Amino acid sequence: MKQTSVRVDAPEAISRRHFLKTGSGVLMGTLVAGSGVLATLAPSRTWALTMSAMTETEGSKLLKVTRGIFPHDTLDDAVYALVVKDLDAAAAKDASVATLLRDGLRELDELASGNWAELDYLARENIVIKMAGSDFFEKIRGTSVVSLYNNEMAWAHFGYEGASYEMGGYFDRGFQDLDWLPDPDADSSPAKA
Amino acid sequence: MANIALDDDSAVVIIGSGAGGGTLANELCQKGIKVVLLEAGARESAETFQNDEWGSFGQISWLDKRTTSGSWRVSRDFSGLPAWICKTVGGSTTHWAGASLRIQDHEFRARTHYGDVAGANLLDWPLTLKDLEPYYAKAEDKMGVTRTNGIPGLPGNNNFKVMYAGAKKLGYKNCHTGRMAINSRERDGRTHCRQLGFCFQGCKMDAKWSTMNSEVPPAEKTGNLDLRPGSHVLKVEHDKSGKVNAVIYADGDGNQQKQQARVVCVAGNSIETPRLLLNSESSKYPDGLANSSGQVGRNYMRHMTGSVYATFDEPVRMWRGTTMAGIITDESRHDPSRGFVGGYELETLSLGLPFMAAFLDPGGWGRDFCRAMDNYANMAGMWLVGEDMPQESNRITAHASEKDQYGMPVPNVHFDDHPNDIAMREHAFGQGRAIYEAAGANHVYPVPPYPSTHNLGTCRMSAKASDGVVNKNGQAHDIDNLFISDGSQFTTGASENPTLTIVTLAIRQADYIAKQMSMKAI
Repeated sequence: MKQTSVRVDAPEAISRRHFLKTGSGVLMGTLVAGSGVLATLAPSRTWALTMSAMTETEGSKLLKVTRGIFPHDTLDDAVYALVVKDLDAAAAKDASVATLLRDGLRELDELASGNWAELDYLARENIVIKMAGSDFFEKIRGTSVVSLYNNEMAWAHFGYEGASYEMGGYFDRGFQDLDWLPDPDADSSPAKA
Repeated sequence: MANIALDDDSAVVIIGSGAGGGTLANELCQKGIKVVLLEAGARESAETFQNDEWGSFGQISWLDKRTTSGSWRVSRDFSGLPAWICKTVGGSTTHWAGASLRIQDHEFRARTHYGDVAGANLLDWPLTLKDLEPYYAKAEDKMGVTRTNGIPGLPGNNNFKVMYAGAKKLGYKNCHTGRMAINSRERDGRTHCRQLGFCFQGCKMDAKWSTMNSEVPPAEKTGNLDLRPGSHVLKVEHDKSGKVNAVIYADGDGNQQKQQARVVCVAGNSIETPRLLLNSESSKYPDGLANSSGQVGRNYMRHMTGSVYATFDEPVRMWRGTTMAGIITDESRHDPSRGFVGGYELETLSLGLPFMAAFLDPGGWGRDFCRAMDNYANMAGMWLVGEDMPQESNRITAHASEKDQYGMPVPNVHFDDHPNDIAMREHAFGQGRAIYEAAGANHVYPVPPYPSTHNLGTCRMSAKASDGVVNKNGQAHDIDNLFISDGSQFTTGASENPTLTIVTLAIRQADYIAKQMSMKAI
């Protein structure tokens, strides 16, 4: 389970690859204004994800389902797209996963009595919740709980700093910089070497 | 490094290179005894360890198939992963947090002090604290435990500051940065802690003691050690008289090898150790090796555990620095007025964002889950670890139909919480909450147990052969040249993190084995 990051390719490269291979579509998006910390990790504000088993429309819906299960209101779609990437890869490897995902998306439309994806954010979420416990829901939840939080963009968003060895750890970089509580006495917490 | 022939029957064969096996190997090699050390995992190092939770998990964890049963929550949340332990040279000492606490005098005599607890299979250890004190001292020196031998404590990190502030407000008397086998100063050729925050992933500074960095290398230097990584033991064999004489293992290429042995010491952690004895059944030992008592695999203990995380209005950044950065020991006393026997420790713990998502609320999702994660940078955390009750029905068995990659029955881990465990956990959750609320928490999250890291008791020590599997030297009651050298020996679990005691028992056992060998008793 290696950490991944969204490949942010130049749009021309993506479209060429799209035509050369027989991928089903390309899911694209733009980092929202204000996601400054994410923008520093990406060479471009545009991100693109080449779909292999699922279609672009299905990919876009899966992204919205993931948002419904893990609703971080200010977390950029680019991070949710990593979950879609892993779901798409699982569907490419195993046709039964593709079927599971397609059937689930269809069921969402049924529960919405129309096009679920066109509902507003909270209405979509309220319908997704109704599918809790289903194989469809669990597949996306189980994939998300790793993929959504195991990438550098999520770390930047949530404030986690990731690997520290290369920077010499936190010994000289704030491991005891909390200043809103009194410092422990020296017997309890001796001075650093 | 020695090269011991497969048909050489003069060596001690040790199975597992963790706290017990790795230490025992070094101690025997230092005495001039030839040792074959069989380790199922690969050999990693500070250079190859990863500051990456999932990456490291895939690198050093024991991920072979296991099944679970029973009412414990781990069986529901992590049905195929009952334990979070390691398959690598150094075993789980690569992953451990470093807390090094002596078991208390009354805990060695749990049956005497706690009385007849219904449903519990309590027994006094055949050893006392006094018996072990000289060996504890050797272990603390060997491991460089802080706050012993004049070694200063570690400096506390942000996570510790929060625990400390709450502990003081609650009136706790004993809260400090712990007795840790992590160098606070350079010692024993290893540098001091640089506060990386990845203790669980294998210390990339080698500041944390492990058998990988501190026992195996000096053992190799003696010329008496033949370490064989990638060697997964399948069976222990015996001769007509019933003495063990060889082990069968799959080597790195999956080929079966047979190593002759004068003495066999099993130290595969408390799931694999009894599994190996059970899988070694023969016509002479139809219930498995050393199992005339029927206790092999029984009395499986995993410590009462749980965690408390809390969010605050200001940043904590708990991931910065030592994972287990501090301890409160006030609750580790035996005080039945709290509604349970035995005690527990409160120890800071932090998880990185990836593992926090996995462990905060296994199976969780939705707005509450997201709110906790949204406040990750403002979160502090602690682990609760206390004595759980040994129960005969909590046990490791060889699965009737499921087989591993070598065709051997996989272990099933069955566990039900004892009412005492539940009462203790509730009390600990309450105290953890109170500590964080006293420090100003805006929200507290009680977190259910992770897969077990402290696996104990499945080949327990007993004075009488009918009560347990090994004697006070870890020697099988039934077979003189078969030893158990890991936490499986524990008669009861006590409230302390077990590694220091496992190392202590291994040092003591090495003395005993050397003496028995020189007397030709084994």
